[in-house]
Amino acid sequence: MATQREIRRRIASVRNIKQITRAMQFVAASKLKRAQDATLAARPYSDKLEEVLADVASVLGGEEHPLLAQREGQRRCLVVFTTDRPLAGALNANVVRFSAREIVEHPGELAVVAVGRKGRDALRRMRVPIAAFFLNFGDRPSFADVLPLARLITDDYLAGTYDRIDLIFPRFISTLIQRPELERLLPIRPSTDTRGIPGNQFIFEPDPGAVLEQLLPRYVAIRVYQAVLESAASEQSSRMVAMKNATENAEDLIEDLTLTYNKVRQANITREMIEIASGAQAL
Amino acid sequence: MPIRLDIVTPERLAYSDDVDEVVCPGIEGELGILPHHAPLLTTLGLGALKIRKDGEDTFFAIAGGFLQVRPDRVVVMAETAELGSEIDLERAERAREEAGRTLEAVELEPEDLARARARLQKALLRIRVAERHRREGPRHHG
Repeated sequence: MATQREIRRRIASVRNIKQITRAMQFVAASKLKRAQDATLAARPYSDKLEEVLADVASVLGGEEHPLLAQREGQRRCLVVFTTDRPLAGALNANVVRFSAREIVEHPGELAVVAVGRKGRDALRRMRVPIAAFFLNFGDRPSFADVLPLARLITDDYLAGTYDRIDLIFPRFISTLIQRPELERLLPIRPSTDTRGIPGNQFIFEPDPGAVLEQLLPRYVAIRVYQAVLESAASEQSSRMVAMKNATENAEDLIEDLTLTYNKVRQANITREMIEIASGAQAL
Repeated sequence: MPIRLDIVTPERLAYSDDVDEVVCPGIEGELGILPHHAPLLTTLGLGALKIRKDGEDTFFAIAGGFLQVRPDRVVVMAETAELGSEIDLERAERAREEAGRTLEAVELEPEDLARARARLQKALLRIRVAERHRREGPRHHG
């Protein structure tokens, strides 16, 4: 059995770990609030853009723009969103497993654009071809931050490198649940809901095609931005829960160790008593 | 009869209120929207957006936007929208000087040139909007 001093030392180190995990839990909780607010704040813009796209598409029909046209080819690109930093529970493992299943179930020409260090490293170990990666969007990603990513995949799509682009990201459902989801990014399938006013009643300045030309890249960017925000919120909530569990485990461990410590201490006292008693008897 | 105006950006809902008139920087010149305007969808340029409500003017510097007009509401979707009163004039001046200096450099890649030009334009716009806000903003109307 371990000595008293060894056990004391372990208790001290578990207590240190507990302090760290508790601090991380509280930091994640406050960041989660901000991340959730940012996700909600992006919604009006993306809803409106979706609506305008429906208006324009109802006038132009589906095949007016290369970003709208369905293609015959099967070359796919998956944009996989994970975190840069570890200690976020099972979040990254779930996203990577989900991506791996998607890749295995749909064999064919494929490349991955990885957002986040953890996903990039995991997929690279699985020998999945990584076409590009983006790191360090941070805890408060701005719309401008994601523009290079959106531009890259749009350009690759227009250049014909891929025929289809999907996003895989952890959707923030609640503090306890974040579910990996696949969303089709390109080609864009506009909604057909024009909210009461048929698109053809609108006056377009300068013309529907020009509006569409401006609209589509921004629509792609906001979809990517939303995926970034969703995964940021998922990261914080997953980390918060993971750290809460870690803190509780540390408490249990401290309790167990304290019990062991007391037992060892008692055993030592008893042994010493016996030694003294038997020593006295020998005299 | 007022119209409902919403200004949305990817990062926030920048403005939402009933207003009397909106003047937008359309790509083919200024575009004034009054109640009962015909349904309209257009792209917006970089410029100042003026909101008139109860005789008071509010200014926004907007960039990269769209305008959707429906009978009962006007929606401006912009990449950025800054309220005139919130613009930091000194920072904008510094940005203008910096962009100006970049442009004076002799050798510039075409891309850097375009970027510096865009920055300069944006700084100029922010200065214009901030100054207009000071000159014509709510305080001076009473």
